[in-house]
Amino acid sequence: MEELSEEMTSAEAPAVTYRRHLKNGRLGYQCCAGCSAAVFYPRVLCPVCGSGALEWRESAGRGTVYATTAVHSRNRDPRNVILVDLDEGFRMMSRVEGVPAEEVEIGARVRFEVRQGAEDEPVAVFVREGS
Amino acid sequence: MSIRGKAAIVGAAESDLGEVGPGFTPLDLIGQATNRALADAGLEKKDVDGLFSASVYYQMPTLSAGEYLGIRPRYSDATMMGGSSFVSHLLHATAAIEAGLCEVALITYASTQLSEGGFRGVSDPPNPYETPYEPRYPVSMYALAASRHMHEYGTTREQLAAVAVAAREWAKLNPKAFMRDDLTVEDVLASRMVSSPLSILDCCLVTDGGGALLVTSAERAKDLRKPPVYLLGAGEAHWHRNISRMPDLTVTAAADSGRRAYEMAGVEPEDVDVAMLYDAFTINPILFLEDLGFCEKGEGGTFVEGGRIAPGGELAVNTNGGGLSYNHPGMYGLLLLIEAVRQLRGECGERQVEGVDIALAHGNGGVLSSQVTAVLGIESVL
Repeated sequence: MEELSEEMTSAEAPAVTYRRHLKNGRLGYQCCAGCSAAVFYPRVLCPVCGSGALEWRESAGRGTVYATTAVHSRNRDPRNVILVDLDEGFRMMSRVEGVPAEEVEIGARVRFEVRQGAEDEPVAVFVREGS
Repeated sequence: MSIRGKAAIVGAAESDLGEVGPGFTPLDLIGQATNRALADAGLEKKDVDGLFSASVYYQMPTLSAGEYLGIRPRYSDATMMGGSSFVSHLLHATAAIEAGLCEVALITYASTQLSEGGFRGVSDPPNPYETPYEPRYPVSMYALAASRHMHEYGTTREQLAAVAVAAREWAKLNPKAFMRDDLTVEDVLASRMVSSPLSILDCCLVTDGGGALLVTSAERAKDLRKPPVYLLGAGEAHWHRNISRMPDLTVTAAADSGRRAYEMAGVEPEDVDVAMLYDAFTINPILFLEDLGFCEKGEGGTFVEGGRIAPGGELAVNTNGGGLSYNHPGMYGLLLLIEAVRQLRGECGERQVEGVDIALAHGNGGVLSSQVTAVLGIESVL
């Protein structure tokens, strides 16, 4: 059994690695060794070229708001949901904190931070650059 | 080999719509619609040997529908990609009929969500990359697309509202429409915000309802009760499932599905007499008018202004009142096909558009995810 190859047993699930980085305050993403694509969400193969050789990288955490919405629900303040383009070339969903939900602007420069979410889950959020 | 014109829709019917009342199941509505479609076609249940369905209730929808209806199909297809699934089923049924795998296909769907208390959608497991941010599924995803379209092209909330107003004007001409009272752009702008820039009146209705379509070979279609409505061309495309993976929020995969459908049909957008564009939210028809070639990218907002897609406008869009004002039972793709069939048959009464030879029916599913386009026509355009 000690002969099991890498292909047959992955040490850690991609989502687990992502969460471990996040827990330590780092925004991880994958870079394809085959075609250099920035890959997010984490997975086991590159969705551009199909290569299984994905390397984990740490994002500098700087990005630009690509799209934004303020979600209204009864009995609570509106909350912001964004799509943000990170400078390394990948996009993710998140929120901008420290700004009223309706005042988040497309094109705004934002910086990554980590928050504790429900059940102690780390959550990647953003704040306005310079704040 | 092309499947252009090889099969035709020969029966089309809705179930009861709106709010059907407590106790009815989606299968009851599927039963109603199926009987009405069979009567419409002049076919009997025993003629059906292909069964197509999708559902958010039943994990194995063709099994549930087949059992309830007492149909034992030899070809069964439960392709599920959201609201567009039924347009996809039409393409798949045509291919199956042409391949000799079945002869009479039933495509059916229903939901009783409103009578059960509200919207019922898909139940995927939580997505660790989206769920923590609490978007409201699916409206926030469409809102993100609308925000980007407004940013890049200057599209306005008034233009989004014009889509809802046009739908309401059509609905006033349709006795089966759920919402038929007056609606103005100002009403839409003043309505409760749900997920900016989309307010409650930018969102489709939440109703019960369902439908059934019967599809058979062009050969057999000639002998049935109603004039056949031929599938001239169809195309499918999907590029993402989750909104955070949509490459460009202003361009949908309808650009691919539409091109494929037009190429198979041998028609251009300017040949289309009526267009049924899946209007789950007011941004949808704007995106689809662009991606399906009715106007240039970025011009969809201008296109829908001034009653241009309303009754008497340049292009008749969603003549039943659409998902915004007619009915939207969770997934709407089957109902828009039914309206396209009725326009081609000249059965639409007050809302009938003159001289409809070619109709386009476009389905959307997920969060602008799956796009399926069908071009339908009457015998003279074969």
